[in-house]
Amino acid sequence: MEFLVASSIGLLTTCGTYLLLRGRTFPVVVGLAMLSYAVNVFLFAMGRLTINMPPILREGVTEYTDPLPQALVLTAIVISFGMTALIVVLSIRAYLEIGNDHVDGRPVGAPSEAGDKN
Amino acid sequence: MGDWIVVPILLPAVMAALIVLAVRHDIILQRVFSITATVALVAVSLWLVIFANGHAPEMYALGDWPAPFGIVLVLDRLSAMMVLLTSLLGLGVVLFASSEWDQRGKHFHALLQFQLMGVNGAFLTGDVFNLFVFFEVLLIASYGLMLHGAGADRLKAGMQYVVINLTGSTLFLIGVGMIYSVTGTLNMADLAIQVPNVASGDAALLRAGALILLLVFCVKAALVPVHFWLPGTYANAPAPVAALFAIMTKVGAYSVLRVYSLAFGDLAGDMAWLAEPYILPAALITLVLGMTGVLAAKRLNSLIAFSVIGSMGTLLIAIGLFTPEAISAGLYYLLHSTFSAAALFLIADLVVSRRGEFGDSLHTAPRFHQSGFLAVLFFVGAIGMAGMPPLSGFVGKLQIMDAARDSDAMVWIWSIILVTSLMCIIGFGRAGSVLFWKSSSVDGEITVQGAKWPVLPIIASCGMVGALVALTVFAGPISEYLQGAAMQLFEPSQYIEAVLGENALSLVGQ
Repeated sequence: MEFLVASSIGLLTTCGTYLLLRGRTFPVVVGLAMLSYAVNVFLFAMGRLTINMPPILREGVTEYTDPLPQALVLTAIVISFGMTALIVVLSIRAYLEIGNDHVDGRPVGAPSEAGDKN
Repeated sequence: MGDWIVVPILLPAVMAALIVLAVRHDIILQRVFSITATVALVAVSLWLVIFANGHAPEMYALGDWPAPFGIVLVLDRLSAMMVLLTSLLGLGVVLFASSEWDQRGKHFHALLQFQLMGVNGAFLTGDVFNLFVFFEVLLIASYGLMLHGAGADRLKAGMQYVVINLTGSTLFLIGVGMIYSVTGTLNMADLAIQVPNVASGDAALLRAGALILLLVFCVKAALVPVHFWLPGTYANAPAPVAALFAIMTKVGAYSVLRVYSLAFGDLAGDMAWLAEPYILPAALITLVLGMTGVLAAKRLNSLIAFSVIGSMGTLLIAIGLFTPEAISAGLYYLLHSTFSAAALFLIADLVVSRRGEFGDSLHTAPRFHQSGFLAVLFFVGAIGMAGMPPLSGFVGKLQIMDAARDSDAMVWIWSIILVTSLMCIIGFGRAGSVLFWKSSSVDGEITVQGAKWPVLPIIASCGMVGALVALTVFAGPISEYLQGAAMQLFEPSQYIEAVLGENALSLVGQ
């Protein structure tokens, strides 16, 4: 199970990073979503992988799964979900306003604008 | 007393909700609510500073869950000072925006209050994951503020800003996860106790997690090589928002200072002063790069944005030395650079709004209204940013150079600070002469509608400049307070005992 979880986190991170470095907004958004999935699974695994254990510690229970990473993941999921929604809306708005969907606002090979807007 | 610690977070949070729910249709009421809330915030944080000055660090357990299981807020001199700085800056910004900027889009005041809540939370929290949450709160508000009033350039810069910060948040979670997996805690005081106890097999994991976290804080602090987001964002943000963002880079610097002096500081055994080798070289390069940008900039706003990068370089040089003297000097410079960056962004907006179609491009244009008055303000702000006498920038840089006297890198630090100060003077001098003096060589006058004497913006910009003067005049008592703050950072036992109780330190090294 460790191998499966670790390699899927690795695969998600690789794809996410690759997509994040693309020049258009859609792959970037998908890349960010993949990275946030990878992080959620990663955080989950940080409490160690255990199966069929209750997330509570009380008298008589010696085997349990760490509840804290689950709480952290919940927070992270809520935030990343909201952020994905925001960036989707933002990229649509930028596309409508600028006229293309490139992250730096101009198609590949197009000359930079005169007056150098740094 | 303890209950007051949560007020700088609760007050803006409640106000923001109230503004959005109750008075969203009435701009006048929004302004009244927002200004009143910020004035109250200044009063509360002033009281917190006075309290922190006379007492040991104090803890507030949210929901009364005992540390390290619940989330704690901790008030010490450093966090109290940062909260006061935030609320003063917030007051200037809210006054400036209340004349006209807040009508260019919706919900400006609500977003601003949420932003203040996030920043104050980040300064007060004593828990690493809670720091992440407050980072998100302040970032989400800042996305809204950054895009306030929209426009193609702003959307483009805003998109890049959001993407880089989302990536930063991802890295933050990875770092936090790694640290939790080996220490089993995210409470900063508890981390300070657990870090030396980590098994040697896990040390590499902990070190990697801590350094990933350092990278995230450096993204926030705009340290080379992760500074690329700053010039575009600051130059394209609405002026009052750019002024407010002057505190955002300081959140990064504060986090470096807090986490790497407490959890990875003196007590950390093998991991002691983990951040030390990395910060100083990066800060020196940041300073050079920022001030080179000041020389190269073709727009007023990007000129100021690059000078912010340069001032972050200077600040992190002081932090990177990790000695009490250097840190207290750095904290003084932190106060100074926040106010001077905010003052310059606000003054620049007054200039830009009067130059009509010339905007913020650094080309000779005819005279505009009140150029004499604005020239005085601009030059005072520029003197502050460049660190020339008699203003506080000079005092700050002098203290930093004095503190660097014993460092191995003293030659580098002195020469780079001095040379870049000259570059900054040249850059700002040239910009000022193009904007204000050369205009007499061009015939005519630019007339722009509605640019008479906007009372609130002028009060706000004069207030920011006045803060620089006050920092200079009261340099003595302020430095004394800051030395106390630095001493508290170098005696983490006080902080740990405040959070975990008297006997917590006996667990170190077991």
